Amino acid sequence: MEERDPIQSLLTEPLVAINLGLAGFGEAIQDQEAEVVLVDWSPPAGGDKELMDLLDQLL
Amino acid sequence: MDIKQKIETANQLAVKRMIDGDPVLVDIAPAIEVIPGMKDKMITHSGPPIPWNRMCGAQRGAIIGQVLYEGWAKTPEKAAAMLENGEITLEPNHHHQTVGPMAGSISANAWVYVVENKTFGNRAFCRQVEGAQQFGDYSEPALDGLRKWRDVFAPSLRAALKAEGELPLKPIITQALQMGDELHNRHSASSALFGNAMAVGLAKADISRQDQISTLYLLKNHNLIFLGLAMAAGKAIVDPVRDVEFSTLVTAMCRNGTEFGIRVSGLGDGWFTAPSSSVTGLYLPGYSAQDAGLDMGDSAITETVGWGGFVLGGAPGILSLVGGTPDEALGYTREMRNITTTAHPFYRMPAFSFAGAPLGIDIRKVVQTGITPIIDTAIAHKDPGYPIIGAGLVRAPMECFVQALKAFSYKYQGT
Amino acid sequence: MATSLRIKKNQYYDSVFLMGVNKRLSESEGVSQSMVVMASEANKQMLADLGIQDPRLQTAQPNDLIVVVSADSQKIADQLLEQFDQFLEVSAASKGQSSLHTLQDGLESKPNANLTVISVPGEYAAREARLAVEKGLNVFLFSNNVSLDDEIVIKRLAKDRGVLVMGPDCGTSIINGVGIGFANRVRRGPVGVVGPSGTGLQEFTCLVHHLGSGISHAIGTGSRDLSDAVGGVTTLAALQVLDKDPMTEIIAVISKPPGRKTLPVLTTAFASCTKPVVACFLGIREDVSGAGETFRLGRTIDEAASMATGKQGALAENIEAQNLLAKARSSRHPKQQYLRGLFAGGTFCYQSQQILQSHNTQVYSNSPLDDRFALQHPDRSQKHTLVDMGDDFYTRGRPHPMIDGSQRARRIIAEAEDPNVAIILLDFILGYNSSMDPVNDLLPAIHVAQQKAESRGGKITFVASITGTELDPQGYKTQIMALQAADVITFQSNAAATEFCVKLLEN
Repeated sequence: MEERDPIQSLLTEPLVAINLGLAGFGEAIQDQEAEVVLVDWSPPAGGDKELMDLLDQLL
Repeated sequence: MDIKQKIETANQLAVKRMIDGDPVLVDIAPAIEVIPGMKDKMITHSGPPIPWNRMCGAQRGAIIGQVLYEGWAKTPEKAAAMLENGEITLEPNHHHQTVGPMAGSISANAWVYVVENKTFGNRAFCRQVEGAQQFGDYSEPALDGLRKWRDVFAPSLRAALKAEGELPLKPIITQALQMGDELHNRHSASSALFGNAMAVGLAKADISRQDQISTLYLLKNHNLIFLGLAMAAGKAIVDPVRDVEFSTLVTAMCRNGTEFGIRVSGLGDGWFTAPSSSVTGLYLPGYSAQDAGLDMGDSAITETVGWGGFVLGGAPGILSLVGGTPDEALGYTREMRNITTTAHPFYRMPAFSFAGAPLGIDIRKVVQTGITPIIDTAIAHKDPGYPIIGAGLVRAPMECFVQALKAFSYKYQGT
Repeated sequence: MATSLRIKKNQYYDSVFLMGVNKRLSESEGVSQSMVVMASEANKQMLADLGIQDPRLQTAQPNDLIVVVSADSQKIADQLLEQFDQFLEVSAASKGQSSLHTLQDGLESKPNANLTVISVPGEYAAREARLAVEKGLNVFLFSNNVSLDDEIVIKRLAKDRGVLVMGPDCGTSIINGVGIGFANRVRRGPVGVVGPSGTGLQEFTCLVHHLGSGISHAIGTGSRDLSDAVGGVTTLAALQVLDKDPMTEIIAVISKPPGRKTLPVLTTAFASCTKPVVACFLGIREDVSGAGETFRLGRTIDEAASMATGKQGALAENIEAQNLLAKARSSRHPKQQYLRGLFAGGTFCYQSQQILQSHNTQVYSNSPLDDRFALQHPDRSQKHTLVDMGDDFYTRGRPHPMIDGSQRARRIIAEAEDPNVAIILLDFILGYNSSMDPVNDLLPAIHVAQQKAESRGGKITFVASITGTELDPQGYKTQIMALQAADVITFQSNAAATEFCVKLLEN
C-alpha cells in the first residue's frame, strides 16, 4: 500500500487551498487560477477562549 | 462512542421526531377542561417564570385584564391588589404544555385550541390571537373581545370541528409556507385555508345562524387567526423531544417582556434566561420606538420549529410589516441554516428554491458562529392599556445559549 | 479638536478590510484621525495606550467593532459616526457572500484540500493551525503573535502527522508555481529555496528569474523556525522534500543566522542532501563549518542567487552608474553626509547593514545587527540610520509598508528636514498582495523631499531597489520608469543599491 506523503503531494499535485482570514490572500490565489475556497472566518464563540475550549470538546 | 458522536446521534433522533410530528386540531375547549394543572385563581403567562413585581407593563395589563375577565375582581385597582398580594398563582404556559402570544395570559375560562400530535399522542394548547388584551389592553372593549371568543367564536368552532371531524394542520402549514406565509406574523394564506376548512363544519354545526355568520365573518376578517394554531402545532411538534439525553437542540424559546428564556432537549426543563431585547421594526401611526416594550410572547415557538423568522427567505411579503429588503430576508434564512441541524423535508419555501425550513436549533452552533435565532414579532407598548403598536425583527440573546452550553458541558462532562 | 467613539456589536471584519474602511473615513473632511478596529484585547490595549478612554471599551467583545474619530468639531465627529455604516457598505460591495465560516465548512466544500492558508488574528491562529494539522492539512500560517510555545506544539504535531507548517509569521511561499502570501510571479525552474524571511525569499526568487533561471518551489518557514527553541522543524522538512522533488536540482536557504545549536543540525542536513545546497546567513560573523565543502555559502542574497544559477548578476560596475555617482556627489551640499534607509522589507534593512558594516561604515537601526547601534527611538535617526518600517512599532494596528506607503512617505519628508541627510535608500516590493502602485505611493513625498533639499542649496540622492519581475501585476517596467523619471537611481536588488550607496558615501 503506497503511503501518501502530504508534503510531497503538496509540491507535485495541483494546489487545493482553504483560505481562512484576509480575503486578499485567497483572491490572489484565485487570480493565479489555482483552486481555493474563501472561508468567511470570524472568531468562534465571539472570541471567548473558555467557550472555544468547550466547543472543541462538544462540536 | 465519544461525546461528539453521542450528541450527533441524539440530535438526529430529536430532529427526526420533530419531522415525524403530525399536529391535528382535535378540539377547542375551556382551559380548565383540558390544560393539565390549570386551576381556579391561576393565570398562566408567556415566557420563562417571573414574579408579578418583575413583569413588564404590557404583561401586567394583560393579566389584570384576565383577572377582570374571570370576574375575580371588579376594578383594575382591586385586580392589581390581588396580584400584588399573591392571591393569583402565576405560572409559565410552557409548564402546562401550553403557549400564548404576546402576554399569553390564559385562565380557567379562556377557551384554547387543543392540538394533538398524532404520531406521539401528546397534546398542546394555545389561546386565540387578538390585537388588544394580549398586548396589555384591559379596557372594556378589549375584555368584550375575550368574552365574544368565549361565548360565540370558540364554541361555534368547536361545534364545527365536531360536525366535520378533526382538522389535520400539516397540509395547511405546508401549503401556507408555499404561498408566502411565514407562520409567525404573516398568516394570510394559512388563515384563509383554515377558514375554508372550517366553513363546511360551521354550516353543519348545531349553532344559531347568528353565531354561524358571526364566526364566518371572524374567519373572513382575521388574517392572523391561524397563529394560535401554528403556535399550538409548534408546541405539539417539539414537546416529544423535550428530554432527549445528549441532545443540544432547543425545545423552547419564549419571552415575557422582561426576560428571554430557552430550554434545551438534553437539559430537560431547565430555563436559561437573559434580559429581553428591543425589537427593531416599523410602528403604527402615533407610535415610535420610545413607546415600545421589550420582546414578548411564546410565539417564538414557531421559530423553534423552523418557521417564522427562519423562513423569511420564503416570505418576502412580511417585509412591508417588519422592515428590510428581500436580500436581507434571504440572508436571514441562510444564516439560520448555519445554526440548525437539517432542512425540513415537507415544509419548504418556493421563493428560496424550495429549500426546506431550517430545523433543529443547535446551541453549540449558535455559540460557535455567534449567530442567534432571528424572530419576527409584534411589538407591545411598554405601559399597560394599549393595543398592538408595531412589528419587527429581534434576535434571541446569546447569553441564553452560552449559559445552556456551559450547563450542558457540566452535566455531561462534569466540567 | 473633538473625539467620538462608537461600538458596533457583533460585526466581525478582517483587518485589511477595516483598514480600507478607515482610509476612506480618515479622508473625510474635517477628520484629523480615525481608527476602525475589532475589539480584541490587543486592540483595546492599543487604544488605551493612545489615551482613548471610554467605559464601553471595557465590555466590548472581540467580535465587536470599534470606531474612533477625531475631528475639527464634535459635530463633525458625531455626524461621521452616525453615517459610519455607509463606509462599511461601499467597501463591502465587493465582499462576497460566503456561507462558509469555519475550517470545517471549508473542508466539507473542498475535501481534497492540501493546504490551509491562515491569516486570522494571532490569538486565534494557533488553534486554527492545530485543527488544520490534525486534519492532515499542510499549513501556510501568515499570522504573527502566535506564541513560541504554540509554535513548538504545532510543529511537533505536524512532524508526527507528516505535514508542513509554513509559519507562523510566514509572509511568502511559492508552491508548485502558485504564490501564497506576498509573492512575486517568477519563471519556473530548477532552483528550490527555503527561508524564514518573506522579503528575502521574494528578492531571491526575483533575482533567480532575472538571471534567466527559475524557481521550483519557495518554502517559507516562519521567522522563528531556525531558533534553537523550534530547532528548524519546517526547514529540515523542506530540505527533505526538495531533495526528493523531481523539479528541484539545487536547493538554497536564505536566512539570518540560525540558533547556535540548530546551525550544526542544519549544516549536517545540507551534507545529507543529494542535491547541491547554497546558503546565505545574513549578518553571520563566525565561520560556518562545512561551507565550501558540503555546501556553498553566499554573503548576500545576490551572491546566493548567482551561486544557485551559475550566472553573474548585472551588479558589475557600469558606465551609467559612474555617471550617476559623479552627478550625485557634485550637487551635494558640504553639510550633507548621512545615509537614511527606510525599508518595507526587514531583511533588506538587515542585509544593507551587513554590507555597510563590511565597508566599515557604522549604521544605526531599530533592528540593529549590532546592539551597540540600536536607535534610541525608531522615529529619530542618528547619523547613518537604516529603519525597518515593517517593525511592530510601525505596524501595530496600522497597515504594513508593503501595502500602504503613508508612514514611509511621512518619514521621507521628516528626513528631508534634516540638512545633514545626503542619501535616502528605499525598497519597492512588487508582487501579489502588495500595494498596486508602491512607487506612486511615495513619489509625492520624494518630490517634496527633493524640493526641500534644493531650497537649501543641496540635493538628496534617492536610491532604490525594486523587487519584482515583468510578470508581476504592478507593471515592473512602468514602476522603474516612474522612479527614474523622478531622479531615483534604481537597482534590481537591495545589495546592488546598498553597494551604490557605499560608493556615494566615499569621497
